[in-house]
Amino acid sequence: MPDATGLELIAQELREAEADSVLDTLFFRDRATLIVNPPAAHATIERLKAKRYGFLASLHGVDYYPDEPRLGVIYELLDMSSVDRITVKVRVATDAPEVDSVVDLWPGAHNPEREVYDMFGVVFTGHPDLRRILMPEDYEGHPQRRDFPIGGEPVIFTYNENKVPGWTQ
Amino acid sequence: MDAVSSVSDYRKQEESVSLSPVEQPGTSQELLTLNMGPHHPATHGVLRLIVTLEGEIVRDCQPIIGYLHTGIEKTAEDKAYWKAITIVERMDYLAYYFNATAFCGAVEDLLGVEVPKRAQYLRVIHLELNRIMSHLVWLGTSALDLGAISMFWYCFRERETILDLFEMSSGQRMHTRYVQVGGVIEDIPVGFAEKVRDFCALMPARADQYTALLDRNEIVLRRLRDIAIVDEQTLLGLGVTGPLLRATGNPWDLRKADPYCSYGDFDFQIPVGTVGDNYDRFKVRLAEIYESVKIIEQALEGLPEGPFITEDRKIALPPRHELGTSMEALIHHFKLVTEGFRVPPGEVYHPIEGPRGELGCFVRADGSSKPARVHMRDPSFSNLQALPHMVKDTYIADMIASLAMLDPIIGGIDR
Repeated sequence: MPDATGLELIAQELREAEADSVLDTLFFRDRATLIVNPPAAHATIERLKAKRYGFLASLHGVDYYPDEPRLGVIYELLDMSSVDRITVKVRVATDAPEVDSVVDLWPGAHNPEREVYDMFGVVFTGHPDLRRILMPEDYEGHPQRRDFPIGGEPVIFTYNENKVPGWTQ
Repeated sequence: MDAVSSVSDYRKQEESVSLSPVEQPGTSQELLTLNMGPHHPATHGVLRLIVTLEGEIVRDCQPIIGYLHTGIEKTAEDKAYWKAITIVERMDYLAYYFNATAFCGAVEDLLGVEVPKRAQYLRVIHLELNRIMSHLVWLGTSALDLGAISMFWYCFRERETILDLFEMSSGQRMHTRYVQVGGVIEDIPVGFAEKVRDFCALMPARADQYTALLDRNEIVLRRLRDIAIVDEQTLLGLGVTGPLLRATGNPWDLRKADPYCSYGDFDFQIPVGTVGDNYDRFKVRLAEIYESVKIIEQALEGLPEGPFITEDRKIALPPRHELGTSMEALIHHFKLVTEGFRVPPGEVYHPIEGPRGELGCFVRADGSSKPARVHMRDPSFSNLQALPHMVKDTYIADMIASLAMLDPIIGGIDR
């Protein structure tokens, strides 16, 4: 992990390359996080990749409900030669949840981005095949959002099988 | 055979097809799209493959996943941290100690709690037993896919011994819930160390037998050698880790690179391959069994004295005997069981080396006693993306072997 000073230096360098690209930095429990402006996300991640962090370890979505902007996409980047990790976080609102896809940088982002789209409804522009991956194709809603209820699907037992509409058709 | 070489040519041909029985040139080389699964014994779970074949050659392969999606990540958001361990374990059902360790490690990082040395060693012993168990299931089922039925019985015989050890230390054979936030649930019982030592003495000899059965077997060698080669850079771009990456010669292993859980104390080696074909994948996993045995022996030898779980009463349950005499212990016990402990707000990503690669757990805490987001970066999910690259332009029979050597666990992919 870069230490707190190293993180600021990286943020400074990224800001010099593109003003307002890094909105904030966060150093928590020895983990370094860059909070990046969504329009600058792709270019910033590309710069980090070119710099050192050549491996996309993980990509996941978070819903910060009730905070705004609600949705977050988190990229865990890894430098394998010096075993150094850095986290890039992008926050977007639910009414325009668009982030540039990083599939062109790492083909391995294909399935994780589809999963984030499926679970949170974040649209990755430039993704070659953005479809649902875990939920059925005709599913409505994005189940990992915090306002999506648990138990929203009725479970059919003998006592309620006649009341659940449409189960026989 | 190169009459129809690309899909677009095939589309043109498909659109020009008339239903009248006219003898067309080149119909014998037509591409065939075949659906395999989701209920197919060779897909190691409910994995569906859409395979485009030209004769017997695989030209394209698209894995379709989601048939085993159980919403564990969503369910975890509705459980207190200590209850979420139970369901998180059930993601990758062959690596339950790893799932629990990744999740508990993330929560421990959020809490800033120190895990006692003895608990770390006990975790290592069980993690490595689990790794051997997972590799044994992989070896048995993979050999079964190649037609070697007897290997399945031999591997499951040793797996049974490991499951008995798990039952001895935790009471459960699978999904043991042994790893807790701050340590492990119980110290190992009397006689456990001897049984593990007996197993460690036995296992290398048994692995030698597997090697003797498979490694000189003409059929196995012909089925595995120089098949499904994918180079290191492609795999890194696809996010592939674990034995698949090590088979190409890249010695990336988090146990060595970024030691967690006292792995730095042990002397072991990282087996690597040379060309990255199916044979290397097979050999790397087989060699890892020997290395895991070495780690278990060293961990038993150097098992330190001390508590097996953190002494912090706000996180770990008080010992049973204190409940009858101490009011504070009773209050702590009641609070922990009913509400659970609260975790300060924050986000961490905690990666460990699972049997299939980097198993990372992302936990976001919002200050309450339930996690606001749990995400498992499961190695199978990323590794599966390598399958189309592995099986392109190989025989369909080799696709089965490649899938076996990929070792995907659908429970971990779909979560």
